[in-house]
Amino acid sequence: MMVAPVTPKSWYLPSKPHKFCPGCGHGIVLKALGEAIDELEIQDRTVFGCDIGCSLLSWDFFACDSTQTHHGRTTPVMVGIKRSRPELITIGYMGDGGGYSIGSQHLLNAAVRNEKVTLILVNNTNYGMTGGQMAPTTLPGQKTETSPFGRDPEETGYPTKGPEFIAELTPDSAYVARATVSKYNQLKRFIRNALRNQMEGNGFSFVEVLSTCPTNWRTNAQQTWRFLEDEMEPYFPVGELKTPFGKGGAK
Amino acid sequence: MPNVIGETKKAFITGNEAVAWATLAAGADIMFGYPITPQNEVMHYWTRLAPKHGRGFLQTEDEISAGFTVCGAVQAGKKAFTATAGPGNVLMQEPFGMAEAMRLPLVAIIQQRGGPSSGTVIYSQQEVTLTTFGGNGEGHRIVYSTATHQEMYDYTIKAFNSAWKYRFPTFVLGDGYQAKMREPLEMYNPEEKGLEIVKPFPLVGLDGHIGDNREPQHLCNIYSMEEELYEVVLDFVKDYNAIIPEVAEYQAQQCEDAEIIILTHGVVSRAADDAVKILRSQGIKAGSFRPITLRPFPTNDLRNVIANSKAKTMLIAESAYGQLDRLVKQEIYGETIKIENLFMPGVGIIDYDIISKVKSII
Amino acid sequence: MSLVKIALAGEGGQGVQSVAEIIAEAAYNEKKQTIYIPNFGLEQRGGVSIAFIQVSDERIGAPKFNKADVVIALSERAVDRTTIYSDANTLYVYDQSFKIDEEQLPEAKKVLGIPAIDKANQELHPRVFNIIIMGAVIGLTNVVSFEAAKEALENRLGYKFEKNPNLRELNYKALEMGKIMAEESLKEGVAK
Repeated sequence: MMVAPVTPKSWYLPSKPHKFCPGCGHGIVLKALGEAIDELEIQDRTVFGCDIGCSLLSWDFFACDSTQTHHGRTTPVMVGIKRSRPELITIGYMGDGGGYSIGSQHLLNAAVRNEKVTLILVNNTNYGMTGGQMAPTTLPGQKTETSPFGRDPEETGYPTKGPEFIAELTPDSAYVARATVSKYNQLKRFIRNALRNQMEGNGFSFVEVLSTCPTNWRTNAQQTWRFLEDEMEPYFPVGELKTPFGKGGAK
Repeated sequence: MPNVIGETKKAFITGNEAVAWATLAAGADIMFGYPITPQNEVMHYWTRLAPKHGRGFLQTEDEISAGFTVCGAVQAGKKAFTATAGPGNVLMQEPFGMAEAMRLPLVAIIQQRGGPSSGTVIYSQQEVTLTTFGGNGEGHRIVYSTATHQEMYDYTIKAFNSAWKYRFPTFVLGDGYQAKMREPLEMYNPEEKGLEIVKPFPLVGLDGHIGDNREPQHLCNIYSMEEELYEVVLDFVKDYNAIIPEVAEYQAQQCEDAEIIILTHGVVSRAADDAVKILRSQGIKAGSFRPITLRPFPTNDLRNVIANSKAKTMLIAESAYGQLDRLVKQEIYGETIKIENLFMPGVGIIDYDIISKVKSII
Repeated sequence: MSLVKIALAGEGGQGVQSVAEIIAEAAYNEKKQTIYIPNFGLEQRGGVSIAFIQVSDERIGAPKFNKADVVIALSERAVDRTTIYSDANTLYVYDQSFKIDEEQLPEAKKVLGIPAIDKANQELHPRVFNIIIMGAVIGLTNVVSFEAAKEALENRLGYKFEKNPNLRELNYKALEMGKIMAEESLKEGVAK
């Protein structure tokens, strides 16, 4: 009897165990991504690009050609690669700060141009690597290092709803979804769909993933999960916002 | 490589058009750009020529993106370039820094405009510091400062070769005058002149099967340990110093018997040449020195010229307030030749300006 | 031929840059060294447009010059914009129809008022005003031969001439009219 490998084939084993904090959601996202790469058999032609922020810790995560860029600039680097070599599968991996704040002009315009790249954005409602500052996605009232009394939307606006605005900007051939690390099978399906959309040359594909950051949230395991499921998921609805595929994957 | 020029031919065109033809002749695969005067016509000509020759173009959302898309494209193994000026050059320092850190063969054409800030859209030599040492790095760049359309053409072709041969980001530093004026030049297919064209190669997206016959590429641009970064930078320094004798270029004229050396770069060197001629006809022995590469600077050559010259004074003239001057002084530290300046930030310098200055100091 | 420096200035739409380009191309075709820089300030659409041309038998140095040998101002505003290019060695040319005070005119070797606008309107056609000016430049400077100028015009506008041969005639007449106008005014011009 075949036993399924514990780790995806496309993971780079010398870099394991990985460098993320205990309880961080990145590991789950990257496992789903690794399995999707395996299932779609695209390891040899994938170029994985990661941003600055905690996402950069994935720079040697995969046994795929990888490049690590500047804060917010993963999108244009991936666009440059894809425009030059359309046969490659380009995956940009970034956080909410990189995608929605410092790199928002790139994300927005890549979406408008329907660039045939796949971007995965991890939303953990704060800047993790720099020590837990307020992010575009910080929830109203949520305390961070730069909103110590809780985010006041009167002063700093409401959390960015990325997939919603990207769905508005993109044509029908784009794929836009929001997943959560609390629903693994759905997460993997969305990432697969996003990659498939690029492989078929349809258009832009974007998955935001709600994720956890117990280190900066200063939460224990139970509180972490509660914040994800009870605070984040109601504010950021999970699901496919735009898909060229019907139910069951048919176009 | 396909011959896009055909027979060698004379042309009477703008510098921007010369650049577009040269990039094509050099085998550039794709341009990423964002509109800014005075480089716009590089894009205008490229977007008309490129589709005929199967080359690519993308107008990005800003210069940051233009620089980073070029970084991506060269990592994918394509000869990619951009062109910019002024505030665009400022924004591009970020991707230029990444190219420095990851040794990416990025090519950028800089057509300097007046500064600071929006300044003028016309002309200056005020992007010398930015182009040579911009960014949070050590200036591991190759910068060619051109003076004529012929040089814009020649050095644009050369820039791609240098970038891909040595893997340092490479710049052609022009200016608004060179961008917009028309003057004659000869356009040629580089291979016809016996110029070897360096072939690009991918850094990601390699052939083969990972785990069977190749390893995955992990290109990294950040380090956990200060010692790691230190090693990397010292390696860059070693590589960079090693290429200086091959890469550094200059022109020196009539310096041996000169009582004054006029040091300029780029388009101002044309005025310096005329000034030398006129001054000599009036009995004043002037010579001229012009670094063609601002990075790496032809330091030894300039020191030798000074050592072999009778000149006690060197006049540094530039359309900026001391950017070339600082560059020269740091390179020839310890020389005792007296240095005088003619700084005209953001305006053109003509022979008359240099001659008047020379007469006022000797 | 030693270096000749020309500044040509007019309103956007008067065709200043095209004329400059045609002259520069004619000089290039005559194997002369030529540099032409258009005005490329912010006023790309409207405002005063200036063209800087240099022609020589020898290699030309700096693309810019401080003082021109010939300045031609084709509008009242262009007079203000071009006074800085004129000095005691400059031929300064403007259109007679401008209402200009003596004091507005710059220092010059000679100031010439030519009736280009009136002649274009009355004897030819307003659209060839710029070609009259081109003829005037040639009459004043001899930077290119009349034949080379005609050839450059043909290169530039040949496709229009094919459709309407009368246009060719009109342009050639304008060129000649400008040349004669300039030569006559050189004789009559007043020293200032």
